[in-house]
Amino acid sequence: MASKKRTSSNGSTRTKPQARHAAKKSSASTKSSPKSKGGKKAASSARSRTKAPTSSRGSKILGVLDRGTVRDPGLSDERLLELYATMVRTRVMEERALVLQRQGRIGFYVPCTGQEASHIGTAAALMDSDWIFPAYRQAGIPLLRGVSMEQIVDEWYGNDGDICKGRQMPVHYSFRSAHFVTISSPIGTQLSHAVGAAMAAKYRGEDTVTMTYCGDGGTSENDFHCALNFAGVYASPCVFICENNGWAISTPLEYQTASETMAVKAEAYGIPGVRVDGNDILAVYQVTKEAVDRARQGKGPTLIESLTYRVGPHSSSDDPTRYRGDAEVTDWKNKDPLERFKKYLRSRRLLTPKQDEALFAAAKEEVNAAVKAAEQKPNPTVSSMFDDVYRDLTPQLREQRDELLSLGEAKSEHEGYFPL
Amino acid sequence: MATMTLLEGIRDGLFTEMRNDDRVLCFGEDVGRNGGVFRTTDGLQKEFGEERCFDTPLSECGIIGTAIGMAMYGLRPVPEIQFQDFIFPAFDQIVSEAAKIRYRSGGEYTCPMVIRTPYGGGIRGGHYHSQSGEAYFCHTPGLKVVIPSTPADAKGLLISSIRDEDPVLFLEPKKIYRTMKGEVPEGEHVVPLGKGRIVREGKDCTIVAYGAMVETCEKAADELKKQRGIDVEIVDPRTLVPLDEKMILDSVRKTGRLVTVYEAPKTGGFGGEIAAIVAENAIGSLEGPIVRVAGFDTPFPYTLEGIYMPDVRRVVRGVERTFEW
Ligand SMILES: Cc1ncc(C[n+]2csc(CCOP(=O)(O)OP(=O)(O)O)c2C)c(N)n1
Ligand SMILES: [Mg+2]
Repeated sequence: MASKKRTSSNGSTRTKPQARHAAKKSSASTKSSPKSKGGKKAASSARSRTKAPTSSRGSKILGVLDRGTVRDPGLSDERLLELYATMVRTRVMEERALVLQRQGRIGFYVPCTGQEASHIGTAAALMDSDWIFPAYRQAGIPLLRGVSMEQIVDEWYGNDGDICKGRQMPVHYSFRSAHFVTISSPIGTQLSHAVGAAMAAKYRGEDTVTMTYCGDGGTSENDFHCALNFAGVYASPCVFICENNGWAISTPLEYQTASETMAVKAEAYGIPGVRVDGNDILAVYQVTKEAVDRARQGKGPTLIESLTYRVGPHSSSDDPTRYRGDAEVTDWKNKDPLERFKKYLRSRRLLTPKQDEALFAAAKEEVNAAVKAAEQKPNPTVSSMFDDVYRDLTPQLREQRDELLSLGEAKSEHEGYFPL
Repeated sequence: MATMTLLEGIRDGLFTEMRNDDRVLCFGEDVGRNGGVFRTTDGLQKEFGEERCFDTPLSECGIIGTAIGMAMYGLRPVPEIQFQDFIFPAFDQIVSEAAKIRYRSGGEYTCPMVIRTPYGGGIRGGHYHSQSGEAYFCHTPGLKVVIPSTPADAKGLLISSIRDEDPVLFLEPKKIYRTMKGEVPEGEHVVPLGKGRIVREGKDCTIVAYGAMVETCEKAADELKKQRGIDVEIVDPRTLVPLDEKMILDSVRKTGRLVTVYEAPKTGGFGGEIAAIVAENAIGSLEGPIVRVAGFDTPFPYTLEGIYMPDVRRVVRGVERTFEW
């Protein structure tokens, strides 16, 4: 296979990494694949994620704030301010969580900083009765849907106020009251759940739409393909949001797919795929609203590729300087979704600097209070560890629990460190 | 000899065998540029280039499936699954394909590859970064299952696994990646598969443990000696498949007692298999009941991790129980 060259929008020609990966040295095999040249640093900071559009569909980036390629959704002033306030609360919450992690007060964190517009804007296009099947980087959605800061922070601490009873790592929430489905770590598994739930709603004659999220890395898992295929076949009222932030931990987009875009993948499954500027909340909202409306009208699923960036580490254990350059981060910080939205609100005279400051101050207060409360709550009881495996304790579980309790008090000590 | 951590022992094994054999390739999620999320493969890409150490798309099924193809074609792939908890998208490829290729083709095709993956609890990883799934794989004929518990064994067993003609699942006890230190021979160092290790000799009770549990059992043995005068012998089988049954049986015939210790949920765990082997072959030597000290039959919890995992207290209690009946 000859190495495939591609011209990126910044004009440089780079070699696809796959060609360089071809195994060529084999004592058992006589055949060797051609060695490709050039592009030593596949993930150099010069790499651009905006590839030259070559296919008709799924390549144009839709935007309101700077691009004018999609219409302003015309949200009410109150709604605009609510969305902005949710973004502010999310931003403040994430910053605080990382500090708590560094201080050793919580075990782990996955910040979504930089991606607030992408998930808050998409979720905002739903009705409250619609269901969300999240990945782990959509922390603003529970806030948007009315979950209290205290419920969220209790989950970080895994204390006995935590809805999940301290069973999962931080950010693996479950908020049934907000139709926000329990999060698991394995990438991509939620995607077909959303399709199934959408099929169930359709079967029951209800007009619920389901929305589900994954990252650019998530598109490589089998589940992504199963989900899009099923959704296409059954015309399920489901909307897929691929938050393309260019990285899956240290793995750059170029190593994830040879597709021009993520949106174009929809085409193979016979469903529409669109790309939106994920740091432009108005565009994100508008594009998603159209997809949600289509789904609700029985016209089937849509894949939305939301172009965004995590400006922080993959998680509290990650050191992004190992794999990406500062220039790229600075570039994206200049496209900060909060700043862009703020500018818009200012231009429409909906927000004064004073009001803005007050929003940040209130959010800090809100998080502080939640942290204070969480730190006063005890761990879940030892006996609670045996609950919810099944509806009823099995005889074996009862025996194991009783035997453990008979040993008396023990401390749960954490020794290792978490790398990811 | 150099002092290394368990993780460094593994890395040294990879370097040694990649220098030794250009059929060896390492790949997986974040193993190249980043050197693995635990840094186990750090420096490999620098020394061997992107052709031999590379990052893959986020697909365990793809990683293992392509490794199988490479192995059939004559390479010695050493794919990494970032956490054993994430191996399940590749379960079909491992169980239905890698493990059965030799048998189903009458030996025409083989699948010599090593799947490296960190497993086990102890790092505050919650449900999905803590599990011990060895039993699923031990139940798969055609697959070997190896678990080191010291830096030197990690290196020597890994090299043997890479040289083995059959697929090997190499489970790395991540809790002790950095805390377990020891002398590791430089260069060529081979620990054969199928040979256990007597961790310490004793005459009153045999404990069979592997991975991070070996260390816990050593501490428990100290306690038992100090507080009760009980002299424990610890056997680390090092490879679960094939298992050094002789070493375990010889030990139990000597001590007359057996406790098996494993992190995985108790029901269906590998310690139960060891108990069955002893019951079948050495029941006449037993002077007390066989006891399993294991994880509970619940998913792996987050906050209560330290209570879920077998600890010194529970191992001590388990040994005591072999004397109470
Ligand atoms: C099945 C599975 N494999 C590997 C992992 C480890 N892991 C956690 S996050 C991640 C990268 C995900 O990247 P992406 O889908 O782009 O989402 P992002 O983190 O960028 O939001 C990986 C490899 C996992 N959680 N699940
Ligand atoms: Mg990503």
